[in-house]
Amino acid sequence: MTHTTALVATRRARRVQATAHTSVGDRPRRGWAIAVTIAMVVAAIYFLAPVLWLVIASTKSAGDLFSTPGFAFANFEFFANLKELSTYDGGIFWRWGLNSVIYSVIGAAMTTFVCAVTGYALAVYRFRGRGTVIAIVLASMLIPGTVIAQPTYVLLVRLGLDNTYWGILLPALAYPFGVLLCWIYAQGSVPLELVEAARLDGAGEFRIFFSMGLRLMSNGLVTVMLFAFLGSWNSYLLPLLVLTDQELMPLTVGLTGWSQASITIPSLQTLTIVGSLVSIVPIAVAFISLQRFWKSGLTAGGLRG
Amino acid sequence: MSTTLVRTTARRRFSGSGRWWVPYVFIAPFIVVFVVFMVAPIVIAIVNSLFATQTSGLGFGGSETLFVGFGNYLRAFADGDFLMSFGRVALYGIVQVPVMMIIAATLALLFDSAVLKLKRFFQFAVFLPYAIPGVIAALLWGFLYQPSVSPFLQFFSSLGIDADMLAPGTVLWSIANISIWSNVGINMIILFAALQALPREAYEAARIDGAGEIRIAMSIKIPMIAPAVLLTTLSTVIGTLQLFNEPQVLQTITANVSSDYTPNMAIYAASTLGGDTNLGSAMAVILGIATLVVSLILVRFTNRTPKESAS
Repeated sequence: MTHTTALVATRRARRVQATAHTSVGDRPRRGWAIAVTIAMVVAAIYFLAPVLWLVIASTKSAGDLFSTPGFAFANFEFFANLKELSTYDGGIFWRWGLNSVIYSVIGAAMTTFVCAVTGYALAVYRFRGRGTVIAIVLASMLIPGTVIAQPTYVLLVRLGLDNTYWGILLPALAYPFGVLLCWIYAQGSVPLELVEAARLDGAGEFRIFFSMGLRLMSNGLVTVMLFAFLGSWNSYLLPLLVLTDQELMPLTVGLTGWSQASITIPSLQTLTIVGSLVSIVPIAVAFISLQRFWKSGLTAGGLRG
Repeated sequence: MSTTLVRTTARRRFSGSGRWWVPYVFIAPFIVVFVVFMVAPIVIAIVNSLFATQTSGLGFGGSETLFVGFGNYLRAFADGDFLMSFGRVALYGIVQVPVMMIIAATLALLFDSAVLKLKRFFQFAVFLPYAIPGVIAALLWGFLYQPSVSPFLQFFSSLGIDADMLAPGTVLWSIANISIWSNVGINMIILFAALQALPREAYEAARIDGAGEIRIAMSIKIPMIAPAVLLTTLSTVIGTLQLFNEPQVLQTITANVSSDYTPNMAIYAASTLGGDTNLGSAMAVILGIATLVVSLILVRFTNRTPKESAS
């Protein structure tokens, strides 16, 4: 904590210096600052306006959506829209939401565990084949998920796992990037001396991992879990291929289905808008409140990977 | 190789305490899921791509599987639309990747310089779209591309400009816009984190010598964060080849996005609508090899060897 404070203090001092330097009187610098601010305002409008439109559009009735200006509020129908969303087709929207939560939360927990044990073993033990495992992890990071989506689908059909929860949950477990991150975190946070000391105290290898290793790695594990969660929450191609049963679909597949159907059923347009807004609120909140974790994960991945 | 091993061992004393099989128990879950869900699909795709399923008669007599060698590959390469989809993503990538990287790098540099006020708010604004799933972002922009609801198009229309974002010539760039909007944030954060980790002294000296901010950015900062630039460029290029979500969603609102608009869409269409998973597998193998070749060229091109892989 003191370290951070010191860092902030030095930065502040530097900034004061910088300002002192500027105020000596070079005008171009001030002009530059104004130009930068204008550019940033334009950028902020570009990035925020679509989200603002979504928020405003979700408060409008189907009629007002087409007849009132996009960025102006009309009759406030948000709760009516929400009720319509909840009751349409027997409340299928919330079923999709529940499915997305199942795929993301349970999936992320299982994936993180698999990554944690592997990363821990790579950092703590030296064993035959360790180099091969590391090479496999690094090489397979180059395989994009969407390329193997179709082959995975073919495999799941053969295994009889298509159109089941397992068909979405199990393929997500193979997550090389998570293994890499866990390996890096374990190297940095699990001192071998501590493992050695625990051994001398008579603790078994598995007990050392569960009661000590996992706890020491916990910061990194949150990052891995967050990435795995996001991957599953955003996943589209694999569920689209694997799931045919509406009751099993995640939000992404369900909502695009509505968008497609809205050509013939116009009332679905409003529901797609409200549904989109509802589906991004939890993820945006989680993402922004957990910034500290995933930012550190990106730095670690960027430096080492 | 052996020196690296020795050094690694010296740095971190691994202990072979207890039973030799313990580490294998730890890595077993990963090995199992890796073999089942990464190796097996690839093997199945390759095998599957060499066969064809023929339905006999009216489809009542069941189907039989025939070995056709490279027949499916020849069909894929003879499919003009499939080849066109590669040309399309190549054209898309040539424009979208530089635009994305320039915007991300410019924003990261601006956030890194002290000039900017309200830094946290602007960072939040740039990053927010990344927290929105790609498919939802595509749905959202889909509405903003329709003149009947889009406030932007209505505004331009009032100025006398009738922009058709979904016309055959413009829809590709409308897709690029969605992808840029969604992904600039994450690339900016990665580059910004790399910039923040640089020692300030490196360019304090240049500043005292009278170098301007732009000069410092171009000849000191950017070269020093080259690994992060490579990482973000590589993932953007791979993302380009894999393009699926945005065009697939826009396909629901315009006829100008065909069902085989991108390689991934062609694979999806062949496997589902076409009902020909053998052809789909051949296409997936082709796309996989293309992706691998492009990434290797990019990595080789930038002359950077992965350090950890040697240990």
